Amino acid sequence: MNVYAIRAIYKFEMARTWRTLMQSIASPVISTSLYFVVFGSAIGSKMISIDGISYGAFIIPGLIMLSLLTESISNASFGIYMPKFTGSIYEILSAPVSPIEVVLGYVGAAATKSVILGLLILATARLFVDFEVLHPLWMFSFLVLTAVTFSLFGFIIGVWADGFEKLQIIPMMVVTPLTFLGGSFYSINMLPPVWQTITLFNPVVYLISGFRWSFYGVADVHVGVSVGMTFVFMLLCLTIIWWIFKTGYRLKD
Amino acid sequence: MDPIISVKNLNKVYSSGFQALKDVSVDIHRGEIFALLGPNGAGKTTLISTICGITSPTSGQIQADGVDIIRDYRVARKLIGLVPQELTTDAFESVWATTNFSRGLFGKAPDPAYIEKILKSLSLWDKKDNRIMELSGGMKRRVLIAKALSHEPKILFLDEPTAGVDVELRREMWELVRKLRDDGVTIILTTHYIEEAEEMADRIGVISKGRIILVEEKATLMDQLGKKQLTLHLQQPMRSIPTELSGYALELLGDGQTLVYTFDVHASETGIGEILRKLNELGVDFKDLKSTQSSLEEIFVGLVRSAAQQKEEVTV
Repeated sequence: MNVYAIRAIYKFEMARTWRTLMQSIASPVISTSLYFVVFGSAIGSKMISIDGISYGAFIIPGLIMLSLLTESISNASFGIYMPKFTGSIYEILSAPVSPIEVVLGYVGAAATKSVILGLLILATARLFVDFEVLHPLWMFSFLVLTAVTFSLFGFIIGVWADGFEKLQIIPMMVVTPLTFLGGSFYSINMLPPVWQTITLFNPVVYLISGFRWSFYGVADVHVGVSVGMTFVFMLLCLTIIWWIFKTGYRLKD
Repeated sequence: MDPIISVKNLNKVYSSGFQALKDVSVDIHRGEIFALLGPNGAGKTTLISTICGITSPTSGQIQADGVDIIRDYRVARKLIGLVPQELTTDAFESVWATTNFSRGLFGKAPDPAYIEKILKSLSLWDKKDNRIMELSGGMKRRVLIAKALSHEPKILFLDEPTAGVDVELRREMWELVRKLRDDGVTIILTTHYIEEAEEMADRIGVISKGRIILVEEKATLMDQLGKKQLTLHLQQPMRSIPTELSGYALELLGDGQTLVYTFDVHASETGIGEILRKLNELGVDFKDLKSTQSSLEEIFVGLVRSAAQQKEEVTV
């Protein structure tokens, strides 16, 4: 194992985060905080509680998940796309590093950023809304698992993308709508039965449900199913990445 | 002596169907400076990229210091440093950070003293905290060299190392390359500047349309293929070459006042004495004469043209 290479890629990517602190950390924290201000402090008290949880507190797991998913994808996709864009990918391709080491470096850094971001949003939410975390260890595990899985997904997008537009298109056009419709702002039990069934095809439902369970002990689907679905998606991403390195898809001529 | 790089029957066909390398076989000797010459699109960069692992070969075998570059890629790649043709660097990183990044990437433990030595030798030390985007093109080229040397490679590929740099910097780079060779590093460079190959190379390989058409010691190449020319500047212009001299490879140039004789330096009789005697008999006076040897550029152009002609003949 080329530990020095993993460390070099990881440090390089983390350095980019600290260089762009406003964009990487402050911006998503501030924009998510606005939801807490509006739905938590301002109109949250006027809305009904769900499953015995105040509305402001109910939306916290979903909003953290929204940021976690989009930022994980964005961090990892940008990380691998930039060397392709500038041409400095030659160095990675000619170095004595295995695909696993490359993925550990890029995905590890992207996931670390997302976890830091998730914890910061969680801490910021405390300023506006009262909430509890019933299972903190599970909460952190869900945070890490989701960050890693969607960073893997972001890595795939970064390899696939051949322009900046493609980098944005999946997070903006797919992930954000799926998160909004995946129970961030409501329980899927509030939907008519037909829509409940349709919603279960949305993979983000399982992530939000499991994460919310770790906070309040209530979930739309069983927590075991949530964990299982996340692992299935992670496995799918790992398989695609294995294929990318095997074939050299969009990395090698 | 066993070669430090051995390429055998290498072929590269891109997904578009274009065959960039055709049955390439070449050995690079340990400790030499090998210049790979060829016109644009000849396959120079593809060959380098394939040896370095950036491009996958379609068939053939490559060994670096006796190890297969695919099967034992970790061992092989640690031996190799690459300076690419394009100025491909991260814009926002500092010189210090990017050089240390490269060292780590190639599996070496951090060694600030060594990186300092490299940066000083490349006159980059006072720029170590500068972001790469703040540097000039020549300085960026030096950064790429520093990155390539950061893991102490035994083999260094320089793909068009002096493209776009000024004459002074080019001379400095030549000196650096010689020093690296003196330190035991094997250098393989591609260049468009024949002058560069002539100045630095121990051996020269010529690639054209994906095929290696010649590999030779530079001195031997110049001896074997180099032709000398005797140029006579005449007192009075001449309308045509006199029939008495028609058996010689003479050309009348310009306004008829320059007579050029091309001869083989290795021939037992160059014919110079005979020509001068006949000119004297014909009453042709000349005010100046000089002899010149073919440059590597002329040899190179001749080789590529000859390879193209041979191919045309085969096709017909």
